[in-house]
Order: sequence, then structure tokens, then C-alpha cells
Amino acid sequence: MCAAHNRLTEMKMKTFAGGIHPPDNKQWSAHKAIEDCPMPAELIVPLAQHIGAPSVPCVAVGQQVFKGQEIGSAKGFVSVPVHAPTSGEIVAVENRPHPWGTSLPAVVIRPDAEDRWSPELQPAEPGELSPEQIVEKVRQAGVVGMGGAAFPAHVKMSPPPEKQINTLIFNGVECEPYLTADHRMMLEEPERILQGVALLQYVLGVERVVIGIEANKPDAIALMTEMCAGTPVEVISLEVKYPQGAEKQLIAAVAGLEVPSGGLPMDIGVAVHNVSTAAAVTDAVVYGRPLIERVCTVTGPAIREPKNLRIRIGTLLSHLIDACGGLVEEPGKIILGGPMMGFAQLGFDVPAIRGTSGLLLLRHEDVALQPEGPCIRCARCVQACPINLLPTTIAAYARRDLSSEAAEYCAMDCIECGSCSYVCPAAIPLVQAVRYGKAAILAKKRKA
Amino acid sequence: MNKVSQQLYLSSSPHIHSGETTAKVMRAVLYSLVPACAVAVYFFGLSALLVLLLATFGCMATEAVCQRLMGQPVTIADGSAAITGVLLALNLPPTSPWWLTLLGAVIAIVIGKQVYGGLGSNPFNPALVARVVLLISFPVQMTTWSAPAPLGSGLDLVTTATPLGTWKNAVMLTGQAPVEMQGGMTQYFLGNMPGCIGEVSALALLLGAAYLLYRRILTWHIPAAFVGSVVLFSGLFWLINPAKYPSPIFHLLTGGLVLGAFYMATDMVTTPVSPRGMLLFGAGCGLLTVLIRLFGGYPEGVSFAILLMNASTPLIDRYLRPRTFGVQAGKG
Amino acid sequence: MFAAVLSLGFIGMIAAVALGLAAKKFAVEVDPRELAALEVLPGVNCGACGFPGCAGYAKALVAGAVDLNLCPPGGADVVAKLARILGVEASVAAREIAVVVCQGDNRRAQVRYRYLGLEDCTAAQRIAGGPKTCPGGCLGLGSCQRSCPFDAIEITVDGLAVISREKCTGCRKCVAVCPRNVIRMTPYDATVHVLCNSNDKGAVVRKYCQVGCIGCHICQKTVPGAYKIDNSLATVVYEHSADADEAIAKCPTKCIRDFTTGYPDGSRLMPAVPEKPHAA
Repeated sequence: MCAAHNRLTEMKMKTFAGGIHPPDNKQWSAHKAIEDCPMPAELIVPLAQHIGAPSVPCVAVGQQVFKGQEIGSAKGFVSVPVHAPTSGEIVAVENRPHPWGTSLPAVVIRPDAEDRWSPELQPAEPGELSPEQIVEKVRQAGVVGMGGAAFPAHVKMSPPPEKQINTLIFNGVECEPYLTADHRMMLEEPERILQGVALLQYVLGVERVVIGIEANKPDAIALMTEMCAGTPVEVISLEVKYPQGAEKQLIAAVAGLEVPSGGLPMDIGVAVHNVSTAAAVTDAVVYGRPLIERVCTVTGPAIREPKNLRIRIGTLLSHLIDACGGLVEEPGKIILGGPMMGFAQLGFDVPAIRGTSGLLLLRHEDVALQPEGPCIRCARCVQACPINLLPTTIAAYARRDLSSEAAEYCAMDCIECGSCSYVCPAAIPLVQAVRYGKAAILAKKRKA
Repeated sequence: MNKVSQQLYLSSSPHIHSGETTAKVMRAVLYSLVPACAVAVYFFGLSALLVLLLATFGCMATEAVCQRLMGQPVTIADGSAAITGVLLALNLPPTSPWWLTLLGAVIAIVIGKQVYGGLGSNPFNPALVARVVLLISFPVQMTTWSAPAPLGSGLDLVTTATPLGTWKNAVMLTGQAPVEMQGGMTQYFLGNMPGCIGEVSALALLLGAAYLLYRRILTWHIPAAFVGSVVLFSGLFWLINPAKYPSPIFHLLTGGLVLGAFYMATDMVTTPVSPRGMLLFGAGCGLLTVLIRLFGGYPEGVSFAILLMNASTPLIDRYLRPRTFGVQAGKG
Repeated sequence: MFAAVLSLGFIGMIAAVALGLAAKKFAVEVDPRELAALEVLPGVNCGACGFPGCAGYAKALVAGAVDLNLCPPGGADVVAKLARILGVEASVAAREIAVVVCQGDNRRAQVRYRYLGLEDCTAAQRIAGGPKTCPGGCLGLGSCQRSCPFDAIEITVDGLAVISREKCTGCRKCVAVCPRNVIRMTPYDATVHVLCNSNDKGAVVRKYCQVGCIGCHICQKTVPGAYKIDNSLATVVYEHSADADEAIAKCPTKCIRDFTTGYPDGSRLMPAVPEKPHAA
């Protein structure tokens, strides 16, 4: 009886309260090895790809650049430089359509066929570097969070001295449906990831290091566990639930702690990095190479051959689609990122950026067109919310422009994961309404 | 600008949906009520069927007319009016005259729902509003009960008192429970007892409720709190004076308790949205039911208990919110 | 019976005396002018004056040097009455009303994508800059209509906001809410307006709107002084707009409209009655 009970508690996987179970749709690409995307005729590298101040261009039209050469300098601490994804000629520095919906400044490069690294980039012996030197290399390489949020990694690696980090968690969850980029990275390039894990552990000086992986990736769990055997790195299998990969929920599941409202993980001694970010850190420190490429899952019912492509930053979506056999039919929706938190696009003439983990093509029949109905207070949104909010109440206040009431119901704590809108039988755009409310709350704060 | 973009859909995230619709939810509730309706027609015959049909179609027709008159799109296809009709019928005596049933349907939809703004805006359970209005306005017709006359048995419906009514009369007259009250619990469970159309078969109702729990349309909080609270408070009194007060089992199986706890008190629109709120709501319903049954003027307390708790739903929603992730209890 | 009458009468008298004493003892001193001002103000509480409701404005008026012209819904009538109440001279500011300077409904202006979500212009604007190709055009989702306390705004079937000249009181709530800044305050007496809000060059505008201003300068050439062109967009110079209507026929895209001849196509509002011509 006792032994059986112990086995049961061991088997019960860690998770968080709330959440939903959308069909994971990873079978389209989970088994497809990473493929290199052919070099496009033009690369359009936006200067704003990350959270923080956009970079400032530091090249001129007509200039020849090397692969990895800095083309945009960081502006301030919460900012990163931007680099040429390949060697070639700068043909323009101007506003170009951007995945965030408007036109923003970008550097346009015409690749030469050489694809030559800049001779200034030097590899290094990680054992000979101090933590500060490592952080500086990470900053210079423009490493940002590869899970989609694109927060500058060096800022996360430099907590103020009073915030001691004691737990480092690596996010191998990839809870968004359809996306398999991180999964393939863990299967095909675990050494690169684990070297980055070790570097980050050294920089932050932590004892507990955990890699969290959702249970729908048993091969990745097995491989990473095997490779971490004998090291202090723990690999934890997590219950398959969206949004397990959200930072707060991942910390709750792995460490059993809640990030305080309005606070950051470092406030409770935790730091979280995506596994692909760890690989980028390895590139930056060990090989001296900046972040100029990433793995992007091109998938969905409207694409002929779903693939996990290794792409250069700045590749237009039209080129990615061509590399995947083209479209099966005219798409109903083009989404950058995953279907739950991604951005719908106006067309294919925008470039992939550092945070572009996926390109999802939905057909017209896949687009949910249910008209909005009245809220029947069924409370599914309340059950689904991983932050224990009352989405229906916040949305109702937000729509009536009652921003103080919306704030009282903790609208600012919403992580915009989309679980509430997903389950709503009345098809109420809850996330959009809460976002609207949040904007109103912030606008009021700025006026005051 | 790309030609393709004019055909593209753009929206805020998320871009996928579970596919659940209000109509699907309502349909599931209707399916879950089929066993109870079937058992009712079996025990009470064609008059019960007539009440069911009149109430259901009466409610749908009333809603259609109301929406037309108010210049709104007619939404009876979502099934909510039909559910109000079925639930109203289940709360009426099987021999209700046709005019009583229709009047109830109109009251339920007009006063119970449309006046407040339609689906999602009413503070009180529409079927219970109608039932209570009818009960107070037409006490005779609303308290004329029949012993079950199962189809095929050749029996006619004969006026008789419900178990709760019998108990109340006995206690008011003699201060003691009636002698012939004990026993018959199995029959009560199966439905072989006089009462409202929907009150009678706990088994059929529980089957339907199990389906709704499986479909996650019902959550356990309100029924469990309601039943638990009834057991607790009726049990207390029963322990104090078993000769006078009925046992908790009696309370659970008689009157509209199972119907109330699983179908009426769980009406989504009029109940709290947070788990703790739902528990308090259910507990309050249970306590009020027991108090009204034991000490109030009416033998049955479920309808009034639920309506009173409906009135407190906004207050419960305001003060019993779930603890926000990252906010310590008692702060923020 | 007698006892009942006596006792109730007695209780009533006690209550009356008590209430009378309380009314005297707990009376709040209110400046009678404030009450009079409150009586005279429209009572809509729209907030255009910048004070918390009509009561707030009445209080401020009595308290100190506050402009009497801050209540657009009240108009000249209310200004005159307030002046009498407060015993001051007051000049009336010219009446201003709001105009949606756009005629590009869904039939005449290009829709950029099919928008799904909240029926709100600010919310839609956040999705890739809004479903209209024209960066300044009216989105027609009704945020202005919902913000208007006077029911003065109509959204046509083809998705264009139109403001009734007669019902608009100039409270500016719609101006504040519009994310495209396509609502302008104009003098009530001016009935001719250029209904376009796009600064794009003519060739670009032609691609996405049939009735947009292409900055051709023909209006300015026809009636010099009545029109000015800035950044490929013409606007009426309202101080000199007496003859502005002469350019309407010459405009190649028909983006200039005299509201006394009618509201934009699709609107169900009746045109304003032509007023007697005023001095230039």
C-alpha cells in the first residue's frame, strides 16, 4: 500500500492550477529534422525585434558587411545590437513592413554568395572568462529570449546584487500548439543547449538547475535526462497543459513558487530561459557568434510541407513558404508565433525576426467565425485562467471603459495567454477586451 | 498591398477556439433532462406530457415574440428558452391546467429574463420566478398533487399529499412526524412518489447530472455544497429530535431537492462564477431549504432558498474572488 | 377608534416637529446662485466643461473666475442666463460642432483585411493599424456613436460615422474617443467641409479610396482663400468660407460637401435647412 502510494505520487506530474488542453497538432512537424532554409535574395533586418529600445543603425547604404557584423547598435541597457545575418551589401536603411503591424526602420541586405563570418568575431575558452565577461559577450551577440518574448538575455543574467538567484529553470515546454522548434533543438543539438545551461549556471551562481519539458516530448525527455545524468542538472517532465510554458506557470510547477503580482521571477530567486536561448548563449560565448539565425516551425493545414527550418533573421515569410513547398490554398489567417499568443499578419512581405518561433498558415475553414453572443456566466474562463482571474468580469468592465474597476479585478496581472477566449462558448473576445482595459489603465496612470 | 490580405482574417490572439458554443451547452442540458422527463411521463401520464410541451413551446414562443417586439434578433435557437420551459414544467404539478402552464411560461420569460435584458442578464432563475409567482397566486392548483399512476397500470391520477406535505401537516397538528413516513425510500429514489413532475425521480435526475458533470457543463461545487449543507443541518435537527424531524435521507429524496441542487441552483447565469463563491452559494441554499422546510410556512423550501441566494450572487461574486496568482491572501 | 386617531395624530405631530427642527439645525448653507445655475445648466453631465458634472460647474462658477462659455450643450441661451444669475457680462463663443471628415465607407474605400473581434474602433486600430487601408479614414465600428451623450452620431449601413448638425452640442467626447482623429470641431455656421483625412499623395489615395482628397489644388484655384492645402490634403479655411461651395462641382473626387444639400451618401439624416446667407 505504501509502495503503491509512493509510486503514485512520483507518477503524478507537476503542473499549475487552471489551463486548457487544445489539440497539440505537433504531429505535422515533430518528427521532421531541422532543415536549412535556402538563402533568400534579400534579407530585411528590423532594428526593433526585442523588448526595450530599438537599435540604432550604424551602417550606410552601399556598405559591404560581413556575416555577424553589427548593423545596429544597442540603445541603453535594455536593448541589444542587431547583426547582419550574412555577408553582402546594404541596399537600404528605411521603414519596411514589420510583423508588429506597422512599418518600422530596417536594414536591407543583399547577400553575396560567400556567407563569410566577420573576422573580428573570436571564439573563447569559457573556463577563462569571468561572469561579467560572459554577460558582455551575450549582450554583444544580441541574444534575446527565443521563446517569443525576445527579452534581452543579458539583462536577465544581470540581476541587481540584492536579488540572489537560487533556481535556474530552462523552458523546454513549448506549450503552444503546432510549434516544434524547441523540441527538435533538444533532440538534435542537446550539446549546444547544455553548454549554455552550464554557462548560465556559472554566471548566476545557482545550485538548482532544472530543465522543464512537457510530457508530450518523451524522446526529448529521455535524451536530455540521459545527457544530464551525473550532472547537477535536473530534467523534469511536466503535465501537458497550456500554458505550462508561460514563465509564471513554469515556475509554479517546477519550484512551487508564485511570482508576486507586478514582480519578476528574480524577486523570488528564480531565472527562466528558453532552451534555444541557452544554445544562442553557447554560440555567443564559445564561438563568438551573434544571434543571426534560429529554428522556426512553418506549419499548419494550408502549407504543403510543414518543416522546422533553420532560418536567417530577416528572411521574408514568402521565402519561408516557398521553402516548404508553397501553399495548399489561399490562407485564411497568417500567424507569426503560435495560435494562442501569436500575431496575425497582413501578408507575406514581413520578415522573420529573432522571436519568430513559428509561422502558422490556417485555411479559411480553420478560422473560427462564431459571432459573439451574451455572456452566460458559465465560468469556463474562470476555470481556465492560470492566474485565477475573473476574465468575464474584467472584460465587462474594460468594455464599458470602467478602468479603475478593471484594475481592481487585477487586469494588469493577466498574462494574455488566451485560455479564456479559447473556451468561451459565447465567443467573446476576452483577451482583446482585457488588453483594451490594460491599455486604458496604463493611459490613466500616465495622465496622473 | 497584397491582394491576398483583403481576404485574410485578422484578430487579436488567440486564433483558435475550442468549438464550444452556447447552443451546444444548452443542448447538452436538454439531453440531460430527457431521463427525468421520460420517468415523469411514465409515472404521471399524458397530463405531464402536456405540461412539458406547453411550457417548453410556450417559453420559446414568448421569447420570440418579446425579441421581435423589442427589435432584437430572435435567438430561440440557442435553446435557453427551451431549457427554461422544461425546468418550469418539472417544477409544476402534473395536473396543472393548460392556462397555468402557459401563464408560467410567459412570466418566466418576460419577467424572469427579457425584462432584464435577455440571456445572461437576469439575476433570478426564470423558471423559479415563474413557479413562485404561480405558487403564491394560485395556491390551490399549485399544491394539488397526484399519486403516481404508471403508464400501463390502468390507474388514474388521484389527488394525494407529498411526503413533505404530509410531514408538515402532521407536525403542525401533532408536533410529531407522521407514523407512515418511514420506509419507502427506495420508491422515493426511483420516483414512485407524489410531487412536481420533475421532483420525483432522483435516479433519473442524477443520471442526467452525471452526464453534465462528464461534459464539464456542471461542476461539483454547487450540488455538493447544497447537498452537504442539507445533510448537515437537517442531520443536526434529526439528531436533536428524531421523532419530530425527518432524517437527512428523507430530505434528500423528497421535494425538489435533487432537481434543485443539480438543475435549478446550478443555473449558470444566476450563480457565482468563482469556486469558493459557488460553495457558499450551495451551502446557503441548503441551510435556507432546511429552515424553510422545518420552520417555515411552506412544506417545500428549495425554490425560495435558491431565489434568495440568487439575490446574494452579486455580493458573493464581489467579495469571494479567487486569490489572484502572485497576490498573497488577505492583501491586494 | 378615537384612540387610534389621537395616537397617530400625536405621533405625526412629533415627527413633523422633529423634522422641522432637524431641517433648521442641519441645514447646509448653499449659495442660492449655485442652485439657480444648476437649474439653468442642461443637466447632461457630459463633462465637456472640464468639471465633474453640471453640479461641479455650477459650484465653480459661483466660487470664482470661471469662463461662462464652457458649456457647449447649453449654448448661447445658457450663457445669457448664467450671466444674469451671476450678475456679469458675458460674450458668447461661436457655436462649434463636430464633423467626421471622411466619406470613405466600405463601398468607397478599400478594406485592408477582414477584422474579427471587438466592435470598437480603438481595439480594431491596434490590430495591424486597423482594417482600412487609408491611415486616416473612419473605421465605422461605432466608438464615437457610443460615446455621444446626445445620440447625435449615426453609423451608416456601409460603415461610416455621420454626425447630425442639429443634435451635436460640441461636447467633444467623440473627438477624444476617435483613434483616427477623423473628427474635427468646426464652426456651426460653416456648412462646407472637405471630407478627407489622408495626407498620402494623390496617386496613393486614388488606389484605396474613390472619394479621397488627392491634393490637386483645384479647389484652392477656384476659390482662393477658402481652401488651404497641407501635405496633399485640402481643408476649408472657415473664416473665409462664404463662397467655398463654388469649388464643390470642380472637385475631381467629389470629396467636398455642403451639408445643407445633404449628408454623406448612406446617411439617413435630413439635410440642414439652408440658412440665410451671412455677411462674408
